[in-house]
Amino acid sequence: MMGATGEALAFDDNVVLAAHNVAKSYGAVQALRGVNFEIQRGQVTTLFGENGAGKSTLMKILSGVVTPTSGSIILDGNRVTFSSSTDARDHGISIIHQELSLAPNLSVRDNIFMGRELRSATGVDFAEEARQASALMAELEEDINPMTLVEDLRLGQQQIVEIARALSVDSRILIMDEPTSALSATEVEVLFKVIRDLTSRGVSIVYISHHLEEALQITDHAVVLRDGAMTAAASRKDIDLQWIVRNMVGENFDLGRPPGGYDFGDVALSVDDVSVDDGRGHLVVDHLSLNVRAGEIVCIYGLMGAGRTELLEAVAGRVPIAGGTVVLEGRNIAQQSIAQRIGNGLVLVPEDRQRDGLVQTMSVGRNLSLASIGAFVRAFFLNRPMENVLIENSIAKVHIKTSGPEAAIGSLSGGNQQKVVIGKMLTTHPRVLLLDEPSRGIDVGAKAEVFRLLSERAKQGLAVVFSTSEVTECLSIAHRIVVMRRGRIAAQFGADVSKEKIMAASGESVAA
Amino acid sequence: MSDSSTDTISTPANSAGKDFNLIRLLLEGRAFFALIVIIIVFSILSPNYFSLNNFLVMSSHVAIFGILAIGMLLVILNGGIDLSVGSTLGLSGVFAGFLMQGITLDVFGVVLYPSLWVVVVLTCAMGAFVGLINGVLIAYFKVPAFVATLGVLYVARGVALLMTNGLTYNNLGGKPELGNTGFDWLGFERLFGVPISVILLAVIALIFGLVLSRTAFGRWLYASGGNERAAELSGVPVKGVQVSVYMLSGICAAIAGLILSSQLTSAGPTAGTTYELTAIAAVVIGGAALTGGRGSVQGTLLGAFVIGFLSDGLVIIGISSYWQTVFTGAVIVLAVLLNSVQYTAKSKKPESSAPQPNSPPQGAKAQSADSA
Repeated sequence: MMGATGEALAFDDNVVLAAHNVAKSYGAVQALRGVNFEIQRGQVTTLFGENGAGKSTLMKILSGVVTPTSGSIILDGNRVTFSSSTDARDHGISIIHQELSLAPNLSVRDNIFMGRELRSATGVDFAEEARQASALMAELEEDINPMTLVEDLRLGQQQIVEIARALSVDSRILIMDEPTSALSATEVEVLFKVIRDLTSRGVSIVYISHHLEEALQITDHAVVLRDGAMTAAASRKDIDLQWIVRNMVGENFDLGRPPGGYDFGDVALSVDDVSVDDGRGHLVVDHLSLNVRAGEIVCIYGLMGAGRTELLEAVAGRVPIAGGTVVLEGRNIAQQSIAQRIGNGLVLVPEDRQRDGLVQTMSVGRNLSLASIGAFVRAFFLNRPMENVLIENSIAKVHIKTSGPEAAIGSLSGGNQQKVVIGKMLTTHPRVLLLDEPSRGIDVGAKAEVFRLLSERAKQGLAVVFSTSEVTECLSIAHRIVVMRRGRIAAQFGADVSKEKIMAASGESVAA
Repeated sequence: MSDSSTDTISTPANSAGKDFNLIRLLLEGRAFFALIVIIIVFSILSPNYFSLNNFLVMSSHVAIFGILAIGMLLVILNGGIDLSVGSTLGLSGVFAGFLMQGITLDVFGVVLYPSLWVVVVLTCAMGAFVGLINGVLIAYFKVPAFVATLGVLYVARGVALLMTNGLTYNNLGGKPELGNTGFDWLGFERLFGVPISVILLAVIALIFGLVLSRTAFGRWLYASGGNERAAELSGVPVKGVQVSVYMLSGICAAIAGLILSSQLTSAGPTAGTTYELTAIAAVVIGGAALTGGRGSVQGTLLGAFVIGFLSDGLVIIGISSYWQTVFTGAVIVLAVLLNSVQYTAKSKKPESSAPQPNSPPQGAKAQSADSA
């Protein structure tokens, strides 16, 4: 619809902001390839897509955070370029990031006027700021005292403060990146009411969400991205959940199927009645039990905040457990250190490889050998030839594309960096491999390669547990799919379950 | 998209040609070139500068800072900072002096005069203990390194003053009949014409150079300094490494304290004041990153020699000590400036991991459960 009409739509009065043929590449990785996207005036346009589809990149371009490699942005029929997010804000475009950008130590008033304080003869005109902040809160029908510190507010209220800040600069276009991911059901209601108020006042909203059902309640138009390209666009009346899922995940790409032709071994990992406390008395993992056999691949599916990461980190020893036992091949390891668990054969490939997986100051080779240094220490000293053999083997086994072991880790693509983290853990000869969102931020080819690697290892008797927030990944190599919701197992399925059932169990959708 | 398209990407250096490579070489070898420039300039300005004997004398001055700086390097590689080394140095001298005066044991009515090697071992143990306090505060009680070592800086200095009542031990010679002579050996003796302190610096540099490049501990140190979370998840005992580096830094400070009091033939409680800053400067000039994970013993040694040869050179050509301070400061700022130039150039990577839409904020994750 949108893509087809092309230039003509640039003069459509209903389109307030449009991206034409926008492309963006980071090094060799193409995040966006020739996307056409239009925001309807005074309506809610929702952008759907899986992780890595390019949603955030597109929104960053529209809000001036990054500049596109090619293509143009058209605001009210005129071509514009934004030099910065401040520049975009001056044009009336505001973005509310998934990660709220508020200063928790400052008051609501100070946050709303941060960076553009109202001046008076004697400095900042706090009284006028407070008055305007109160007016904004009243407008949003939110009973928040402007002098409250942001850290004392619930997350939903913090989101309202972000919206108030956007409104205070007379934003005509408001981009919301996953605004409900951290909100409770009642807070979502409040947010939707605010969104409807805003659209009735002529504000155009761009909405991004993984909660498909929820997004369908609020949206007027839907646009779907996949692998950096727009795959479909339609009005609310023409679409349903199936339409979105179909366009989001595509039909054809094969991520593999569960490896077969062998029997599972004994129970390798037994998690029994494990709870994890978030430090404030709330259980993020709530008395959860799970057994994984040698050779089995288990997928843990769940929305953000379901407790997947916390569960895996607790099993790996990163966070302490509040109760329960973790038994690895018959031995209770709940009190062991991370290093001891690695020694006993339990390893974790963390979710955020930049923060938790890689040492950026070290080369590819040294990252690969980091977890198995003990294997090549001889009489106090590292044995370089032995280390090099280990590194070369690892590079070959997990198919890392690098100019050599000495290459800087930053020179690799996301997929190859991920393979370094996996390769590093595999060189320790684990019995149980935990992977937290192993496909995050890597392209679909690398994803398939990683999955192929995992199923090969499973065939050799490795127990594999990986978490994901993408349904298609559950229905690939996993023998068993465990759906987590609010720290508990909501459902378990075999490999032949439907996408809709998985999504329904996670709370993502009420259809199916 | 196939992964073959995401092969390694050529760095800007590869494409920018010869000029860039020359700049790069100058940048990476800057401490070395700076040292050569200093030697040439002062040799021209003063006929007394360029002689073997002067170099040895200057090197014996460098030794103290060099040893402190090597300890500091370990801490900085770990991403920390140790402000207490100057005080530890002073305390070590006083502690050694105190032992040399004899320990009176009232219960037995005797005075013990520990022999020299006992004094040395006990002093090093004392330095390690100060480092242990630093390390435990930082690793286990999560006190920021800057604050913890700042506190210990004051405490150690205070203890040194208390031990002597603010006075200085002048008699470190020992008595032959007590078998504790030889304290001046460290500061005055020469082996094959080379001052012992310089040999000691070389030995310590060699040991730590090997430790950093050839042992598991060295690899752990670089890894935990580069990314502590990743190192921990790879099984590196990050807390143990952290405590160890502060203890090693304390030992280095104690050795430096012994050398200094031997050179001065006296142990004053205020010795070594602000030496920690010189040590940090040497490490930084040597190309280490204050954020951790980057740096080498060779670089740090060069940094120490740059500072030492510069300030001694300024003394030799008769420039006022006020100007020396100005010059040293300028060199430090220039070094840090070049550091940031070098590391920004290096980190201009292709951002291949950048397309990570919807990377979940950890904070939001934790909070989400809270608000649910």
